[in-house]
Amino acid sequence: MFTLDSKLPGGPIQEAWTNHKNNLRLVGPNNRPKYKVLVVGTGLAGASAAASMAAMGYQVESFCFQDSARRAHSIAAQGGINASKNYRNDGDSTWRLFTDTQKGGDFRAREQNVYRLAELSTAIIDQCVAQGVPFAREYGGKLANRSFGGVLVERTFYCRGETGQQLLLGAYSALQEQVAQKRIKMHTRTEVMDFIVVDGKVRGLITRNMITGELKRHAADAVVLATGGYGNVFYLSTNAKGSNVNALMRAYKRGAGFANPCFTQIHPTSIPQSGEYQSKLTLMSESLRNDGRIWVPRNKDETRTPADIPEADRYYYLEERYPRFGNLVPRDVAARNAKDVCDQGLGVGPTGYGVYLDFARAIEQKGVSAVKSKYENLFEMYQRITDDDPVKTPMRIYPAVHYTMGGLWVDYNLMTTIPGLYAAGEANFADHGANRLGASSLMQCLADGYFVVPVTIGDYLSRNEPGEITTEHEGFEAAETEVRDNLNRLISINGQRSSQSFHRELGKIMWEHCGIARSKESLEEGLRKIPKLREEFNQNLRVTGETDHLNQSLEHAGRVADFIDFGELMCQDALIRDESCGCHLREEYQTEENEAKRNDDDFSFVSVFEYKGEGVAPELTKEPLEFKAFPLATRNYKS
Amino acid sequence: MKIKIHVWRQQSPKTKGAMETHELDGVTSDMSFLEMLDTLNEQLNDQGKDPVAFDHDCREGVCGSCSMVIDGQAHGPKGSTTTCQLYMRSFEDGAEIYVEPFRAAAFPILRDLVVDRSAFDRIIEAGGYISNHSGPKPEPNSIPIEPEIQETALDAASCIGCGACVAACPNGSAMLFTSAKVSHLGLLPQGQTERYERVEAMVNQMESEGFGSCRNYAECEAQCPKGISIAFIGRLNSDYLKSQLVEADNPRGKMHAQ
Repeated sequence: MFTLDSKLPGGPIQEAWTNHKNNLRLVGPNNRPKYKVLVVGTGLAGASAAASMAAMGYQVESFCFQDSARRAHSIAAQGGINASKNYRNDGDSTWRLFTDTQKGGDFRAREQNVYRLAELSTAIIDQCVAQGVPFAREYGGKLANRSFGGVLVERTFYCRGETGQQLLLGAYSALQEQVAQKRIKMHTRTEVMDFIVVDGKVRGLITRNMITGELKRHAADAVVLATGGYGNVFYLSTNAKGSNVNALMRAYKRGAGFANPCFTQIHPTSIPQSGEYQSKLTLMSESLRNDGRIWVPRNKDETRTPADIPEADRYYYLEERYPRFGNLVPRDVAARNAKDVCDQGLGVGPTGYGVYLDFARAIEQKGVSAVKSKYENLFEMYQRITDDDPVKTPMRIYPAVHYTMGGLWVDYNLMTTIPGLYAAGEANFADHGANRLGASSLMQCLADGYFVVPVTIGDYLSRNEPGEITTEHEGFEAAETEVRDNLNRLISINGQRSSQSFHRELGKIMWEHCGIARSKESLEEGLRKIPKLREEFNQNLRVTGETDHLNQSLEHAGRVADFIDFGELMCQDALIRDESCGCHLREEYQTEENEAKRNDDDFSFVSVFEYKGEGVAPELTKEPLEFKAFPLATRNYKS
Repeated sequence: MKIKIHVWRQQSPKTKGAMETHELDGVTSDMSFLEMLDTLNEQLNDQGKDPVAFDHDCREGVCGSCSMVIDGQAHGPKGSTTTCQLYMRSFEDGAEIYVEPFRAAAFPILRDLVVDRSAFDRIIEAGGYISNHSGPKPEPNSIPIEPEIQETALDAASCIGCGACVAACPNGSAMLFTSAKVSHLGLLPQGQTERYERVEAMVNQMESEGFGSCRNYAECEAQCPKGISIAFIGRLNSDYLKSQLVEADNPRGKMHAQ
């Protein structure tokens, strides 16, 4: 059982972060170069943390599995980044961004963390502009804003539809500046295989060079994990193909608590799967629901093209089931209903898992050019992928896994339960509760990386002598041997099935049993299937090639092995949470109108799991959540 | 669809490579090119053969990982797209498709279709940034930027660093890539302080990496998935010339933190 000390500052929430910083211990400028910090991942959180710490004078080494630090999946974020600058004079403030984020997270996050995030939001914009991030400007040359994600103010900053790309290139350029100054040593095409924990503290890493297969030891005084989310446990998601849960699972198995693994954000509007071969899903903006009507044919064996199906044979299920909100019901309700009609056999498209999103009426009322101009990029992107023109025939859409709110448990300093091991960005659980507000993921990554970790890490480092443990320590020998044995084991199984096929099967189990809506029954069924899958994986996996060269099947097999273990943990968490909250909908707990029914009395806590060994159930510790500054309120999208 | 695919196979940087031919059945028009390669790899795995190695990640056209020459063109026959956003409907049933890695002296082949593009990182390292520490910064609206300037800077900043420009260029030149970063930062007021030092350092690094010279073939622009304009090369040349005229070579010695 963990003894969780969240290190939450007391006093008024508005001054909490400042007071907390004032009480942290510091490392002096002349001592910083003596400390080595390893940063895993080069997305927004990792690149910004590495660049900031290196500029302060720490010795930093950075790791990514891609061929360049510029490619991490933060790059794919389109919409924008929130900041409570209140440029529009529309009543925005740190307080409002704080409360919007808390409400969005359905009150399953720590309020001190969320307040700090809101407080740091404006400094992020200043930092990025100083780096040359070309945010949209108005005619007078001042920064432009748009509204995003159902809030009542305009606080989102953006660069066309490529905000994530521009922010990441800003952080990447800051990182490269420090590489040039020889303060960061960059390791690309390098995968982290395990952590070294000595006397309870993290002391380094074992990495694998993905070109030569060489295993290498790295000793350090602290490690920052910024390895992103775990959406690919579902096989199909909007994540990059390479996104994985390896580093988090390695850390978990070495003693880091895993918090709220079941919280997964599922978007209702992605382009559906077109066949078994499908490798990932592409998101279409939800704004399309403003003008599109969602329907499926009434008859299971419908063969006509959508245009030939008369009104009487169309089932506008959202309009019929939710007459007040129709096509604009909340995300989770829209997602759940799409799955429901498809499960009934009414779905459209080659796989039967898709629903129509029809713009015919909007075009009739507003004209083709008005509708087209409003959604130009989206219509183009849809047509490029599917070869269908949404002006002529309805789009097909289906829900997709997009973001994961859970992650490693961290205290207010973003340190995990392993002293010296930090987690930043999507890899931690800290700020988004049970659901994430739109345009907040980029904000959180950069707040963690530019402004939180670089400050809080000094408090830990100052209490430790630099370079106490070297790679000669026996802990490195043991971990390296374990990693090597595990790689050899994967190759020596020599069965019949590819790691892809196991990943696909795991994805189906997760989607079916721990997806849009979960129930006790479905989760228990999932928990029966996963161990069987693991057993088959261990007996029937086929990985070709050897360990000592670029071997993408070997890399993938290692990732799938961890996804299988993680999938089990996720189902266990979902089963414990006997309530619906945020993105987590348990079928047993909903209102008559199919709204999520939260249970604040029994479930206002963070679930934190502790690894207890293979085949042993993990142990749950609960961190109670308190809502003093902004009291609990039920979400209400209806008034 | 049934296709015949000729694909470059090479074990390691030092071994000799060759084209290898495979037939692939059951390809559908909705498959992306990379999903077609995934399917080929599944087939190879079933036969106990090594799958074809290729770089890929986001699969939505923005990370810049995918890097192959398809039927002689970087990222294939469809313009303004990356390989991951190329769909098999761009090919006929029964097509013979030739797939090779990006070929350039400065991009050594690591295995099959995977090349080493770290030279691009080193060009950025030479000066592709505005020097900064993290911490309090001026209020951004205190420095207004004309929307036209900001939009042009963003056009340049949209480069995804895939290297198609180098692969497309008969000389293997990296001018489009380098000029995009030089222009992005050189257009903005924040980037003025280091503007001429930056262009000089980046061009020097580019040349030392073994990229060829620009001869205005404009193939880079034609095959760039993001449609980066060669007008930026003109901007780089102009800034580079000024850097040689305006500033004496290293007048006071560049300052470095100790």
